[in-house]
Amino acid sequence: MKTIQGTRGAAPLGAEKAALLRRETVTRPVLFIGTGTCGLGAGAARTLEAARRYLEERKIDAEIVQVGCIGLCALEPMLDAQLPGRNRLCFARVGEEDVQPILDRVFGGEPPSEKALFQFPAAGLTPWPGVPSMDEHPFFAPQTRLVLKNCGLIDPSRLDEYIARGGYEALSLVIHEKTPAEVCEEVEKSGLRGRGGGGFPTGKKWKFALGAAADRKYMICNADEGDPGAFMDRAVIEGDPHRLVEGLAIAAYAIGATKAYVYIRAEYPLAIERLRVAIGQAKERGFLGKNIQDSGFDLEILIKQGAGAFVCGEETALIHSIEGRRGMPRPRPPFPAVSGLFGKPTIINNVETLANVPFILAEGAEAFASLGTETSRGTKVFALSGKVRNTGLVEVVMGTSLRRVIFEIGGGVPNGKAFKAVQIGGPSGGCIPEPHLDVKVDYETLKTLGAMMGSGGLVVMDEDNCMVDVAKFFMDFIQRESCGKCIPCREGTRRMLEILTGITRSRRTEKENEGLERFQGVVNLEELAEVIRETALCGLGQTAPNPVLSTLRWFRDEYEAHIYERRCPAGVCTELLTYKIDADKCTGCTACARKCPVEAILGAPKSPHYIVEEKCIGCGNCLTVCRFGAVYTE
Amino acid sequence: MNSSSASLREVLDRHPGARRDALIPILQEVQEKNGFLSREAVTEIGRHLDLPASKIYGVATFYNQFRFEPLGRWHVQVCRGTACHVKGSLAVLEAVKRRLKIEPGQTTRDGRFSLEVVACLGACGLAPVVSINGEFHGGVTAESIGKILASCRDEAEGR
Repeated sequence: MKTIQGTRGAAPLGAEKAALLRRETVTRPVLFIGTGTCGLGAGAARTLEAARRYLEERKIDAEIVQVGCIGLCALEPMLDAQLPGRNRLCFARVGEEDVQPILDRVFGGEPPSEKALFQFPAAGLTPWPGVPSMDEHPFFAPQTRLVLKNCGLIDPSRLDEYIARGGYEALSLVIHEKTPAEVCEEVEKSGLRGRGGGGFPTGKKWKFALGAAADRKYMICNADEGDPGAFMDRAVIEGDPHRLVEGLAIAAYAIGATKAYVYIRAEYPLAIERLRVAIGQAKERGFLGKNIQDSGFDLEILIKQGAGAFVCGEETALIHSIEGRRGMPRPRPPFPAVSGLFGKPTIINNVETLANVPFILAEGAEAFASLGTETSRGTKVFALSGKVRNTGLVEVVMGTSLRRVIFEIGGGVPNGKAFKAVQIGGPSGGCIPEPHLDVKVDYETLKTLGAMMGSGGLVVMDEDNCMVDVAKFFMDFIQRESCGKCIPCREGTRRMLEILTGITRSRRTEKENEGLERFQGVVNLEELAEVIRETALCGLGQTAPNPVLSTLRWFRDEYEAHIYERRCPAGVCTELLTYKIDADKCTGCTACARKCPVEAILGAPKSPHYIVEEKCIGCGNCLTVCRFGAVYTE
Repeated sequence: MNSSSASLREVLDRHPGARRDALIPILQEVQEKNGFLSREAVTEIGRHLDLPASKIYGVATFYNQFRFEPLGRWHVQVCRGTACHVKGSLAVLEAVKRRLKIEPGQTTRDGRFSLEVVACLGACGLAPVVSINGEFHGGVTAESIGKILASCRDEAEGR
């Protein structure tokens, strides 16, 4: 693993204090517990409580630090222990009951290093023998951490820890030594492109707003992240909120804005809280507010909570939402950079884009541009989830192959199942099949495969997932989230969902002309998708058919099985399955009959059972409970 | 003055001279305090912002967050994000619906449970995820959700 550390020191703190804050020296034992949303979901709050109780009961002088998620969500809750003079050790899956045995040995001076997942290498500290270092761990080794470099390491509620690692250096440098035009130029030279979806060059966008004449301009951070399957924005804000604040401040300076908004999902209460604290601290220390560090630059950052509308990720819809209206997009031009919030020039960037900015300004455009591919520079954070061993956050340089991300870093598909596809870019993206996993991931290559970078959610699917069902899932999502303003999106996506539902329906439940309509729909599916793509008002509608088109392109055989044979090869589309019981294998244990919610399974105890097909709703409960493999589907 | 109109007053007093861009934050704060948006609250907010109630309903019904009925003692949010979907959250949702005998957006008649489907909770590493009163449960199955709901019910009855 490469962590790109800043070359500049933390001047305002003094070398000794900075080293202390970077935990290069600790005077008493320190315990770190990952308490991001994912950690808490895995039980970190109970782990934290157990650790606190442990220290209290034994009157041990040690510090507990709550950190964000380090990225390996699959192994949460995580507890790190650092003893004076020694490297910090990381323990995975530390439940409540594991706390005492681990801490007994940590405070005995002999931590169970054989159980440690890895240790954090640090200059001047003695490593533990036999424990791999973090950059040797298979999950972290192939990564390059730039956006995530502090996540899981620092205490997000302490500004000084961020400063000790080079934080706010870039902002100070920019406001004292560079003109806004120079900042835009530097960012454009770096090749940074928007990490939210479209991939528009960030520097260029800033220049539009800088060049627009207006008495007032606005900078907005889009932290709405409505994309199901993506959670990197949440993790960055929870783990390293000051990075976002700094990036946002630099962006505001570059375009000449004195007011900035962070539009963040209300579903992320912890991230909102951390951000609120960070903004307050930055203000207190003079990194925000009036006349920042005597440079004459003023900036106020306001938090606006989203209210749960996916379409608000679209720029013009987001602006309407901040103005207190329905989040409906409007045609562009005029682009927000010319006429945006309250009619003033406005720039909207997403969290990950802004989190890259401090690095570019501190280390220079070349350092950033040297990473990645010709058209896509820098790194990309992926939210890896679904049927993959190491679910979590992965940051790799642009151009890394998907195979590497899924199989090397992600550890491949669990339970001995075969990989089928990876869904990238959420409802605007597409599914990529196994033969194309070796392509380099960048904005352009993904488009040629019918997918897109989107926000970077990677959802892995195995042989048990039905691609028609996945397409249906996204269509259902889009259809519910469409704002309803333009007809192609409102009516078109609804029709597409109907067609997909039609091909996953069994003859049993078909009425009147539905069979005929089903076939008519199938014939028109692709054309409908093309029309929506070309005529929808905003990006949400224009990309809405992508999941269907990409699954049609790569998994046509699955569609055909549904259409012509009324069969779901993956066994997901419940209406198309008939459940049967093999009389030879059935022992009459009655487990299935007891679990059947509709009492469709009959039979006397100790003699073979059978399923009444007309009653069966295809829930599959019987299949999961049968211990003798007697239930099967066809 | 009852408690809900008192807390409404409190919220509105915090936004003196507010304009339209304060509408969504006000709605959020009122809902946070009262659990839902009552008809009286909407009228009162309209008076404060000089907006017709129809405009306020127009905004409030557009966003998924706003509710016009009280929540149950336990608010069950079933995540239907992509990762949760591929790992079987539909079966979990079906199990919840069967058990509580309500549809998403409804509250059980005894006022104990309300059910909501959310697009993504952002904890995809733990899929499928269910959140009950803000507490996350990861790796939920159709089986285990029954036990979780039963333990909520037991707690209510002091068992």
